[in-house]
Amino acid sequence: MSVANAAPEVAGLDTFPRLLLHHGRTQGARPATREKDLGIWQTWNWSQVANEVRALACGLAELGFRRGDNLAVIGDNRPRLYWAMAAAQCLGGVAVPLYQDAVAAEMAFVLQDAEIGFAIVEDQEQVDKMLEIKSQCPALGHILYDDPRGLRHYTQAGLQSLEEVMAMGRSHDHNQPEFIDGEISRGEPGDIAVMLYTSGTTGKPKGVCQTHSSFITAAKSGCEFDRLGPADSILSYLPMAWVGDHLFSYAQAMVAGFTINCPESGDTVMTDLREIGPTYYFAPPRVFENLLTTVMIRMEDAGRIKRRMFDYFMAVARRCGAEVLDGRPGVAAIDRFLYAAGDLLVYGPLRNVLGMSRIRVAYTAGAAIGPDLFRFYRSIGVNLKQLYGSTETCAAVCLQPDGEIKFDSVGKPAPGVEVRIAENGEVLVKGKMLLKEYYKRPADTAEAIDAEGYFHTGDAGFFDEDGHLKIIDRAKDVGKTAGGAMFAPNYIENKLKFFSFIKEAVAFGHGREMVCAFINIDMGAVGNWAERRSISYSGYTDLAQKKPVYELIRECIEKANAELAQDPMLCPSQVHRFLILHKELDPDDDELTRTRKVRRAFVAEKYAVLIEALYSDNDSQFIETQVKFEDGRSGMVSADLAIMDARVFPAQAQRKAA
Amino acid sequence: MTKRIGEVILSFTNISLSFGGVNALTRIGFDVKEHEIRAIIGPNGAGKSSMLNVINGVYHPQQGEIVFRGKARRGMNTYESAKSGIARTFQNIALFKGMSVLDNIMTGRNLKMRSNFLLDALYWGPAQREEIAHRKKAEEIIDFLEIQHIRKTPVGRLPYGLQKRVELGRALAAEPAILLLDEPMAGMNVEEKQDMCRFILDVNDQLGTTIVLIEHDMGVVMDISDRVVVLDYGKKIADGTPDEVRANQDVIDAYLGVAH
Repeated sequence: MSVANAAPEVAGLDTFPRLLLHHGRTQGARPATREKDLGIWQTWNWSQVANEVRALACGLAELGFRRGDNLAVIGDNRPRLYWAMAAAQCLGGVAVPLYQDAVAAEMAFVLQDAEIGFAIVEDQEQVDKMLEIKSQCPALGHILYDDPRGLRHYTQAGLQSLEEVMAMGRSHDHNQPEFIDGEISRGEPGDIAVMLYTSGTTGKPKGVCQTHSSFITAAKSGCEFDRLGPADSILSYLPMAWVGDHLFSYAQAMVAGFTINCPESGDTVMTDLREIGPTYYFAPPRVFENLLTTVMIRMEDAGRIKRRMFDYFMAVARRCGAEVLDGRPGVAAIDRFLYAAGDLLVYGPLRNVLGMSRIRVAYTAGAAIGPDLFRFYRSIGVNLKQLYGSTETCAAVCLQPDGEIKFDSVGKPAPGVEVRIAENGEVLVKGKMLLKEYYKRPADTAEAIDAEGYFHTGDAGFFDEDGHLKIIDRAKDVGKTAGGAMFAPNYIENKLKFFSFIKEAVAFGHGREMVCAFINIDMGAVGNWAERRSISYSGYTDLAQKKPVYELIRECIEKANAELAQDPMLCPSQVHRFLILHKELDPDDDELTRTRKVRRAFVAEKYAVLIEALYSDNDSQFIETQVKFEDGRSGMVSADLAIMDARVFPAQAQRKAA
Repeated sequence: MTKRIGEVILSFTNISLSFGGVNALTRIGFDVKEHEIRAIIGPNGAGKSSMLNVINGVYHPQQGEIVFRGKARRGMNTYESAKSGIARTFQNIALFKGMSVLDNIMTGRNLKMRSNFLLDALYWGPAQREEIAHRKKAEEIIDFLEIQHIRKTPVGRLPYGLQKRVELGRALAAEPAILLLDEPMAGMNVEEKQDMCRFILDVNDQLGTTIVLIEHDMGVVMDISDRVVVLDYGKKIADGTPDEVRANQDVIDAYLGVAH
């Protein structure tokens, strides 16, 4: 497939509208967009899509949309919303997709910030939000909707259905066909194509301006990297405002000319995935985890023969599946035979149920993925890989090449991307896919892009001995131990949290001789484990202080230490001593944020006496803490906490791939 | 929002129904106008369900006259009533539990199907075309009620609230002129109730279906109905807009009890 599937190189295809027209001419009959509507997959081919986009663009022009205007696009993944982005770009405008599940007040900020005059929205729900905030956004003159359901009685000025606008556009295009071609030919690759707003976890959202050239460059390098072409297809189900969806479902689809498939609704994604069987797939780790849980639960309910077959062949897959997928030598003939049998009996049907039968390349990103989870998918023959990027870099900084997969790295820099590690460990990136600027925020732009043209990602990382980038933490959290070695608390904590017995961990080590940690056990997993061993306990505090539980956690920590020791950079970060906290860290007690991130400084202050004990020779420490109960009352919890040493390992240069 | 409520489509005068010595309904008279949402409320045993059963021909009143679309209706059975454009849902869900949502909704198309058994069995020619047309209609209803994700799920596996929605879907599949809903919100949680209200209003608004509903939840009734008729011990004690009914002393007495 790879040779025939390669996208042809044609000069002058430097903006998205030109790419679209090109596909309309050269592969007009091939499917471009599919949507499941009324239970049936409807298909538009490239020439139809090109015509629809022309009609939409002409209609927008008729309503007064001009070069440089911003067009808000709000809704679930719908073909017409993707086309709306292309239509705006035809006219030299900028598409501004918004998160469709945001409440009206949040949208108001973006609409004001981007001075939105035109919004194309999916349905009544979004129209209602627009009308609600219209008074705060005086510029918003036109609200165009895709699905007219429930909108029959709306008579507000400026409200129109996309259908009408496109009909208007069609007659306009018919009368002056040269108009839209003229507009498209005036487009420059350096024009801003799309503006994606950052999530705004740190302050107000910022509009990231990306040019045609940057997204096309990013998409092209991705397509070449994984040999994507017109024969591929993808399920477009992630929010359109997210850079990943824009890259995969819009930019790469336009560059490579492959098919995008819009699911029927958010609830039907799993069924739709199975029906479409995409060849290219993206999902955050959470989705992969949910899928695996579903499979495991259903296997528990399966008959005994099936269950034994599943267990047996999953053991085979764990042993050699990843190696077989990577085509690495050194797999015993018997294992190859067993794997082939397993593929026929278990892995193949399982991939089919998951909708992954045809997947050539699957990516995950956005959060750390557990090694077991990652290995599971690879071992059943799904080519799952990781990538690294951000809104500012078109989500295309690093990718894992086929056959060089590690669960804890994000791969090698993409073609044409230069990655450098700053003095303080921060990852700096340079390349054509960088943002042009933050919208109307020159100070932020100057802060993010330095004089040499490097973008400061805010992430800390380093290159391992194979040249793979490892992202370890947010740069501002990274410290140094007293010995001068780098200390990345988040990285260590994530490693610990991958163990099902550990729910939460807090690592200390900045300015200290060694790294120590607080542990919260996972009540469900450890409780279950204790019950199977007939260890009786009364509650969390009691269970946490049981000797066998300490031993269990120590084993986990030593496993993590052994892994850390394999990396010379991280070897000094091994956890020397730990204790299990007498209470679970809780947002009600301000120890965690509402999104369950540890408030490091607060915890360090609250439990200062425990930290001191960790760095002393004591093997236990008394603590009394105030806790808030769910009904708002507060009480005291006290315990004598044991402190335990964990074995640490000498640095070693031994290599082990995932 | 201006609603176009039309002429009287269905009217009752002097309806009396008794089972042996029990008078279920005594000289009831009211009417239903086209495109309106008409609620029948009342305490337990007031005769609400009996009234609904009279409308769709399950019970035949001993006395009184029913006029449907200008024609007096006498002794009409359930089949004829369904055929004339009256569909209903039930207080206790009456779906085919082992069949999928889609199949259940397709059964609602039964009365509209024309082709014969043999052609259907062969799935040939007109039968095939007809099946496709009916399936399209069923899919429109699935889309309307937002139940795409459970299209192929057996109804028995669904939570109660969704089953109620499927039942509404099956009634809609008959493309009725009048839709009778027997306690559509009974046993639902707040969120399910809100969803159901929205669907009832959407059906009324977009399909123009006239709706007669029985409901216990007063909040719901007062919010969504155009006119309300109140029954107590088989007698009509009030009839009017929600505000009028709310202010009626007899209604307050019937619901809150009265000191004798």
